[in-house]
Amino acid sequence: MNLRRLLAIAYKETLQIWRDPRSLAIALLMPLMQMGLLGYGVSLDIKRVPLCVYDQENSQLSRGVVNRFTSSDWFREVAVLQTDRDLRAAMDHGTCLGALVIPVNFSRTLYMTGQDSLQVVFDATDSNTTNIATGYAQGIVAQLDADLAANWRGAHGETARSIGTVDLSSRVWFNEGLDSRNFIVPGVVAIILSLVGSQLTSLTVAREWERGTMEQLISTPVTGLELMFGKLTPYFVIGLLDAVFCLGAAAFWFHVPFRGSLFTLVLTTALFALVVLGIGYLLSVRIHNQLGASQIALMLTMLPTTMLSGYTFPLDQMPEAVRVISWFVPARYYVTILRSVFLKGSSLLDMAVPVIALLVYAAVIIRAAARAFRKSLD
Amino acid sequence: MSGAGGQVAVAAREVRRHFGALAAVDGVSLSVNHGEIFGLVGPDGAGKTTLMRMLAGVLRPDAGEIVLDGVDVLADPEAAKARLSYMPQRFGLYEDLSVDENIFFYAELFGVERKARKARAAELLEAAGMAPFRRRLAGALSGGMKQKLGLVCALIHTPTVLLLDEPTTGVDPVSRREFWGILYSLRESGVTILLSTAYMDEAERCSRLALMHEGRVHDCDTPARLKQAMPGVLFAVTAPDPRAVRAALEDAPGVLGALLMGDRVNLRADSAARAPELAARLHERGVAYGDIAQVEPGIEDVFVALTGAGAA
Ligand SMILES: Nc1ncnc2c1ncn2[C@@H]1O[C@H](COP(=O)(O)OP(=O)(O)O)[C@@H](O)[C@H]1O
Ligand SMILES: [Mg+2]
Repeated sequence: MNLRRLLAIAYKETLQIWRDPRSLAIALLMPLMQMGLLGYGVSLDIKRVPLCVYDQENSQLSRGVVNRFTSSDWFREVAVLQTDRDLRAAMDHGTCLGALVIPVNFSRTLYMTGQDSLQVVFDATDSNTTNIATGYAQGIVAQLDADLAANWRGAHGETARSIGTVDLSSRVWFNEGLDSRNFIVPGVVAIILSLVGSQLTSLTVAREWERGTMEQLISTPVTGLELMFGKLTPYFVIGLLDAVFCLGAAAFWFHVPFRGSLFTLVLTTALFALVVLGIGYLLSVRIHNQLGASQIALMLTMLPTTMLSGYTFPLDQMPEAVRVISWFVPARYYVTILRSVFLKGSSLLDMAVPVIALLVYAAVIIRAAARAFRKSLD
Repeated sequence: MSGAGGQVAVAAREVRRHFGALAAVDGVSLSVNHGEIFGLVGPDGAGKTTLMRMLAGVLRPDAGEIVLDGVDVLADPEAAKARLSYMPQRFGLYEDLSVDENIFFYAELFGVERKARKARAAELLEAAGMAPFRRRLAGALSGGMKQKLGLVCALIHTPTVLLLDEPTTGVDPVSRREFWGILYSLRESGVTILLSTAYMDEAERCSRLALMHEGRVHDCDTPARLKQAMPGVLFAVTAPDPRAVRAALEDAPGVLGALLMGDRVNLRADSAARAPELAARLHERGVAYGDIAQVEPGIEDVFVALTGAGAA
């Protein structure tokens, strides 16, 4: 391999990416859009969540609490419930997405012990909506707390003890192992990297065939390996930058706790980037037109990544056959790694199996891509 | 400049290439000497591009041998590629790169020293009349300029053999003249040029020609000797309706071929003495004509006569 030729290819490719709106959009806008879309759920501005009210106390204070919920923009009252059975039925029928439950002795307990809890129950089939609605409920309760404390002090003087706090205990039904945002967002990073990486490279060789530049290129002494690594270099850099952006958003915007080492994260991300770039490149070499290559790349990476990486659909609840297929999906390993690094702070050694799986995958794909390229028009 | 190949810069022997049932190149042999401008002449579909691609090492022949500047192209295509430059028929440079960026790219691929590149690029661009357009994107150049840029990129590493596939097709006459100016000065410096063309007038400028038709090379000689080799003599008949003239004389005794050339018909006959006979036949049939004169054959006439190609 001749480094000078490799760099010439990389430089040329960079200029072309820079001047191609489609590539730029994929490289720069796609991560932003996907992060927003997938990170927040499809319906970002959820308002007026249908709420059932089950006020077991029916006191002045409890009615005030109900009012705070139903007069907000975020919830609207759809039914008033009288019994526990009503509650079950309303949730089953989907009459409401959530229920506000105020216990029998709410005010009394609050005044006596200085503490009591409201309960909000959500149908968590749609975990994103649930996450957001829970956030709204927490906001309302926090405000309630603050107001109660202020009232209490107003009536009893500064020296009086504080009324204490109202806790919000939020429970979810129907989806016991609710995927929290912490769980989902790392998976989103894998999806974005798959998408961007394979889409960008799927265009690169096919474009040369389509535009007729390949014929002249293969009449020069450039080798297949120089071409491959030269072309992959700029996309690798873009992929890592996109990953840094997404991982940064996960940690700082979505506040997914990060407990692992940055080194482990970067190393495994680079490995996964190599895999997806290799897949796109391989397709681009095989399929001589841009549209075909990019569509197959989409099918081959996005579909398995969303369905079979365990990013939203837990793999251990899937049929045996599907689980076996998932062993061949590289994103599966990367999602596992990301979650472990973020949430458990795992080291490379802890994650030896998925890391080695990715390593093998990268080696196989890059080797296949290198062999697939023929310096010939045949 | 002559390499390990002695006198011969490009030698092809019995080269064949099929596409399905079609024999695109059907056993072609030719040999191009160092310092020649060698023309491959033939109509569309003759197999010129297929042959050029095989010579350039980008397409594998089914059979045959190709030696380029002493290097066996089939055994070691990469060694051959370091010595040649190939300009495909379809524009092969990057339209989203500027003139300078394309030149830089190809110079780097061929490992041209940076200093040498600067000097050579300046010199070539000057000769091509493209010095003011160095920052323009290749896609924004005119057809003629694109071809000249292709030539500049092909020449940036000083190849010993230059393969040009229809380099002047669709190029305006002024650019074509400049293009040929560069080719002549290249020959002075010892570069061997093999080009294909469908323009017969351009063929006259080559030192030697190969007439190619339906995958075969029929004759290979200087333009002058090819003309001498044409059997029979040539008459040009001017007429208001040349088609009528052709219809009347096509199968007259002694007529070997008739070729429509705009406002006249080129008739090939077995002897110069046929002129009065032909005139009489036109009178007899009431076909109007202006003049019947014996003329020097052009390459087109020679091509039709020697390859047996149907008159266009
Ligand atoms: N890649 C190909 N696949 C199938 N047929 C081809 C291919 N390239 C050329 N041909 C056929 O081979 C013949 C010669 O084509 P070509 O070499 O392009 O001729 P020319 O350059 O003289 O016009 C034509 O009939 C063409 O259709
Ligand atoms: Mg052609």
